[in-house]
Amino acid sequence: MIERNPVLTAVCHLILVVGALLVCAPLYFAFVAGSHTGPEMQQVPQPMLPGNQFLHNLAIAWETAGFGRAFVNTVLVSCAIVVGKIALSILAGFAITYFRFPFRMTAFWLIFMSLMLPVEVRIVPTYEAVADAAGPLRWLLQATGLAALVQALAGVDVHAGLKFSLVDTYSGLTLPLIASATAVFLFRQFFLTIPDDLCEAAKLDGAGPMRFLRDVVLPLSVPNIAALAIILFIYGWNQYLWPLLFTTQKDMTTVIIALKGLLPGPMDPAEWWSYAMAASFIVMLPPAFVILALQRWFARGLVDAGK
Amino acid sequence: MSATETATGVGAASAAPRLRLPLPSRRFFTASRSGLKRAHFEQTWLAALLLSPQILILLFFFFIPSFKALSLAFVQTDPFGGRTIFVGMQNFVELFTDPAYRNSALLTLWFTIVQNLATLFIAGVLAFATDYVIRLRVAYRSVLLLPYAIAPVISGAVWAYLFNPVVGPAAAVIHGLGLPWDPNLRAGDALILITIASVWKHICYDYIFLVAAMLAVPQSLREAAAIDGAGPLQRFFTVSLPLIMPTVMYLFIINMVYGLFDTFGIIDAVTAGGPAGSTATLVYKVYQDGFIMLNLGSSAAQSIVLMVLAVLFTVLQFRALDRKVNYQV
Repeated sequence: MIERNPVLTAVCHLILVVGALLVCAPLYFAFVAGSHTGPEMQQVPQPMLPGNQFLHNLAIAWETAGFGRAFVNTVLVSCAIVVGKIALSILAGFAITYFRFPFRMTAFWLIFMSLMLPVEVRIVPTYEAVADAAGPLRWLLQATGLAALVQALAGVDVHAGLKFSLVDTYSGLTLPLIASATAVFLFRQFFLTIPDDLCEAAKLDGAGPMRFLRDVVLPLSVPNIAALAIILFIYGWNQYLWPLLFTTQKDMTTVIIALKGLLPGPMDPAEWWSYAMAASFIVMLPPAFVILALQRWFARGLVDAGK
Repeated sequence: MSATETATGVGAASAAPRLRLPLPSRRFFTASRSGLKRAHFEQTWLAALLLSPQILILLFFFFIPSFKALSLAFVQTDPFGGRTIFVGMQNFVELFTDPAYRNSALLTLWFTIVQNLATLFIAGVLAFATDYVIRLRVAYRSVLLLPYAIAPVISGAVWAYLFNPVVGPAAAVIHGLGLPWDPNLRAGDALILITIASVWKHICYDYIFLVAAMLAVPQSLREAAAIDGAGPLQRFFTVSLPLIMPTVMYLFIINMVYGLFDTFGIIDAVTAGGPAGSTATLVYKVYQDGFIMLNLGSSAAQSIVLMVLAVLFTVLQFRALDRKVNYQV
């Protein structure tokens, strides 16, 4: 056991208390602002303790920004991202570690390349891809001459008819966010650590690949899946740039977009801050609850996912 | 930790000795065995079936858009007609001679580096303290992790409120000291504000990694140093810090990526790039020029510049990861 220095211990506790205060103080003052009416907040000196207007402010914010629908949308989109990304990643990771097939390395590198470009750097072209999801298909039809063939045979202009946009749809909100390979790599790394004996034993017992996946690989992956689910839920919940671009109608917005709409600009009345701060609290509650309740799984998973 | 080591061991057996990923070599198009389990299956059709959803979704939402970005960068489109003219490198020439873009690049550099170093330093001090104390460790950690759950937009909103010149309590304190403060009008104030909001949001991430790295430093090494008479701080700087240096390097790169790409929500909520473009970082400018000004050619050229940066940082990130494994005893 190493000697313990009481002075340094006290200093360390002090540092951590200051750190914790720096985390909490902004949230506390935001809560204070959210629980007073606008005129109360403009008194000098400002109130330092929470007031009793929180629900009142929240009700106004809820009405103005349409949070009811936004919450439903956000829950749906976040859960779709969690389920979709984990399912696709497990299958893809399983295929590239447990199967020998032609073009395995090509598939690996195709997936690896997608790690390099975060969504933010390709927003304009991805917007176009989502707004015109049938575009590549149309191009393919034209390039192969199929479109002309169909037109000649059936008299239907496939080229003009084949258009559909994913703007303002749930698929448009989720699919582009699922298209990234981070989780595939997490699962690949994990599958490589599973002892080969398990697979040999399963094969000896006559289990096929899907049986092996279901009965051996999936149960072993539960901790990874749980950690990833937490990280992806927070990721999906807090998305801003995608929904900002891909939703134009109010009944397709997410909570973060709705909240952003409430923030007052320099010219707006100052009492709007009270509504915005009250709404911030409700919006940050679900992910904060997930973090606090599932902290153990989350911290380990984040460090693993970073690797 | 051990998971990565084992994985590396397996992967490295058949791949290049240092790099963890199988290298694209002449085996690129053949069924090479690198990163493949010794006990494996052979059904090609099933593997193709399992891979197809991931590959399809990448094709539609990653490869085709990225390819389009590449091609858009070399043409000019007028926003109404949809006529495109091939202009070669002209978009890039215009971009690099545009003083607004160069300002934005400089601003991004300053913002990213300051944010990066501040985050690492504060997270490092907190991680050292967490490692040293025994009591209340879990409680401190829970509180310090909280900002991870908070959206960039909300972090921006809360700090924008605190420092709002009319209603913000923090701004009131600054005004009380007789100092000027108005992030809506003064460029420097706006930059400080987005830096604070970005650091506050990101400390928790570095902190988690540093605490995990410090826990992995072998107790025997610290005890040996203690027997040799090294105090706690000396032990940190001579034993722990060199061993966690790979994690620090990794976090340095992750922080750069965060500052470059993930602070969009914070900037949009706090300043919307203002006043007068003084907080429009490179990513924010892509959005502004592409979606608000509808200057698609310039915006695509900017996307390409960002793509180059992103690829660079990804390569560095994987190199940092290699180091990390190699250092471990």
